[in-house]
Amino acid sequence: MTNDNFLKELHNPDMPVPEGMESTVAVTGFNELLSSIYNWGRSNSIWPMAFGLACCAIEMIATASSRFDQARFGMEVLRATPRQADLMLVSGTVTKKMVVPIVRLYNQMAEPKYVLAMGACAIGGGPFKEGYNVVSGIDKFIPVDVYVPGCPPTPQALLYGLMKVQDRIRGQAFGNANSIPWYGKGPSDEVPVPILGPDLIDPRQAFLLRRAAAGEFDAPEPVADSTEEE
Amino acid sequence: MAEQAPVIEKKDPTAGVLTALQEKFGDAVRVDDREGYSGIIVAGDKLVEVATALRDDLGYNYLASASAVDYLGKGDHLEMVYHLANVDAVGNNLVVKAQTPRDVATLPSVVPVWPGADFQEREAYDLMGITFEGHPYLKRILMWEGFAGHPLRKDWHEAYYEQDQKPFDSRWPEGDVWRSEQKNVYGKNVKYPDGFTLDDYEAQAERVIYEGMDLGVDVRNGIAADTVIVSMGPQHPSTHGVFRMVVTLDGETIVKLRPVMGYLHRNHEKIGERNTWIGNMPFTDRLDYFCSLHNNFGYALAVEQLLAMGKRYEAPTYRAEVIRVLMAELTRILNHLVAIGFLLNDLGAYFTPLMYAIVERELILDFFEAVTGSRMMCNYFRFGGVAYDLPERMITTALAEDVNQRVRDMDTMQYLRQLITERLPKAVEQTDKLLTQNEIITNRAIDVGVLTREDAIAYSAAGPVLRASGVAYDLRRSDPYSIYPDLNFDVAVRKHGDIYDRFLIRLDEMRESLKILKQILPLLAETAGQPFFAGRATHTVKTPVGESYGHSENPKGELGYYVVSDGGGNPWRYHVRAPSFINLTALDKMCQGHKVADVVGILGSIDIVLGELDR
Repeated sequence: MTNDNFLKELHNPDMPVPEGMESTVAVTGFNELLSSIYNWGRSNSIWPMAFGLACCAIEMIATASSRFDQARFGMEVLRATPRQADLMLVSGTVTKKMVVPIVRLYNQMAEPKYVLAMGACAIGGGPFKEGYNVVSGIDKFIPVDVYVPGCPPTPQALLYGLMKVQDRIRGQAFGNANSIPWYGKGPSDEVPVPILGPDLIDPRQAFLLRRAAAGEFDAPEPVADSTEEE
Repeated sequence: MAEQAPVIEKKDPTAGVLTALQEKFGDAVRVDDREGYSGIIVAGDKLVEVATALRDDLGYNYLASASAVDYLGKGDHLEMVYHLANVDAVGNNLVVKAQTPRDVATLPSVVPVWPGADFQEREAYDLMGITFEGHPYLKRILMWEGFAGHPLRKDWHEAYYEQDQKPFDSRWPEGDVWRSEQKNVYGKNVKYPDGFTLDDYEAQAERVIYEGMDLGVDVRNGIAADTVIVSMGPQHPSTHGVFRMVVTLDGETIVKLRPVMGYLHRNHEKIGERNTWIGNMPFTDRLDYFCSLHNNFGYALAVEQLLAMGKRYEAPTYRAEVIRVLMAELTRILNHLVAIGFLLNDLGAYFTPLMYAIVERELILDFFEAVTGSRMMCNYFRFGGVAYDLPERMITTALAEDVNQRVRDMDTMQYLRQLITERLPKAVEQTDKLLTQNEIITNRAIDVGVLTREDAIAYSAAGPVLRASGVAYDLRRSDPYSIYPDLNFDVAVRKHGDIYDRFLIRLDEMRESLKILKQILPLLAETAGQPFFAGRATHTVKTPVGESYGHSENPKGELGYYVVSDGGGNPWRYHVRAPSFINLTALDKMCQGHKVADVVGILGSIDIVLGELDR
């Protein structure tokens, strides 16, 4: 962000500035001033959580190393603990077994927190979607801010996604409870941790299970195998 | 007519072994005379005795792979298939099978004979529902305890089940695309047994993991000393992904270690049985995602072996074999450099050695990208050759105006020559110079995590782990494939079996790979312009009925594919023998008595990749 743009964006056109000082002075409200400085700081020091799931994690490591150099964006401090991380990069296939720890890790992250779904699997199950142990997208469980498609996405694509996360942070207004809920009404609710039962159980769907058990609706039959080999 | 690669004569030891076994066990042993099948079938109740005789009298000391097949509607039995080898002999592989009815599904465990069967039998129990009598810890391994059903059985269908075979009618030839979520009441990839509710349900997945880990108070010299159980992972910076270990500690010393896996179990085999034969090729890329090209190799070998039993099969051309070996050996160097980087990361050198490794990796990936179009998931091998020839210039994408692309505007052969003769040898020597005498590694690695020769063989360790323990078993020599017999290289062997030797052997193997690559360069020039693919390019390959086991020496060890065909366009059974998975069988043994901080080093020296481990 160049100085000029920064001032221009910040400046409130309703407030007159003495002639000749437009390039050095901006007049704005307190909230806007604080937000822009605060977001500038936040967006340039994102600490991602160091955790890789599958193939995409390797491209994530490649992004962090010399050729692509994630450090240019102030993101080189990979934290192994969720308590110190701002950004969760879900890099790879989310399995039913793994979604339990992922949700727990997400709950442990301090707010404000962001989630980037990297690769086809994390977005929607990808090539493994039909698998019996695969979750069709991490957004079935936790909110996702940015999706980066690819199988795996190239480091360039991931960098673009990370810049989108920065944009998202810059667009948030300090003091606006709708934009950053955790400053308005306190931390958001924890996501209920899924349970490993006969299949993966989302506690939020317990009522559906009870209705199905009571025979209130039939689970739809899988599509019949209509074509016999002829 | 293109020049064909030399045909390698393979010995079949089945007849000799059968005679020897029948003398002792009579009718309990018979030959597998189904069309397209080979090996011997052993009666279930005599399995352990026969296995002992095979190991002690006939020299089959190494259990390469154990896999289960469900013959639903084709005899209605479950079959365990054991691929055996003798690590001291060449090309002597034997297949032994044991059958059990589907409703009984019980077989004796061969863990007492070959401890390497441990995890593989647990996998068969988990996914096929075969109970192994006498197994020390028969619990689910890839799925969690409490999961309903055995997913690899042919009559078990998942929540998103559509049809037995691809391409699905809904997608091809007429497209009627819908999302599977729309047809599931829960909107998710789940299904539950009838009448299941969460009320008074108690999950047992976690409890079982800690069972039998000897938590308790121990009184020594009048002092009560607790053992502590620590769960490392699945989110841990040194477990190379989502691997988990549950460790019982006495002070800082490891008493017992239990690997917990399945966190990346993405149903490779179930999906593989639905795909067409060629449709599995891109999925093999995602097994060991460092070595996608090498994974292609093993699968291509397995299916080509199967195709060779039928008519209208043409062996890969010589140029195809040359390109295959080129790709395989480049992959080996890439993998070993990165593996050493990760090992040092675990030992305390943090990210720096890995940074060095990734610089070289990027250069190799540039070449892969130019040839195959993708950095990591290359999907390059085909049955009968490879997908494309090497391009003339390194730029292949439409981004030629990009600065990055202009940097790479080089002649491919020139790039390759520089890479192989200058850049990579320098990288290997640099790794050697910076690390071999470095006290970060010498202090932490020498005499830590020792695996003796006997244990390495018994636990079915493979690849660098096996060879670092003094066993000269390398499939490129022991069961030669492709053009390896014509190439001049040595099998690297080290004697001590500790972390340090497993580090050194990777350096040795990279040097041997460079030796191979330098012989490949003139062959590439010689065969330029010749066809890189034999036969007819089709979407659906029809295979003859039968089975085949193709294996290649992956950088991590023996990567085997056991495929069974019922004559259709899709595999009836598709099993992957994953070296990362089976090498871990010996992890407990290697870690016992060491400090907890050494576990990550030992794990790093095995060099696991989760995609392949959990499949």
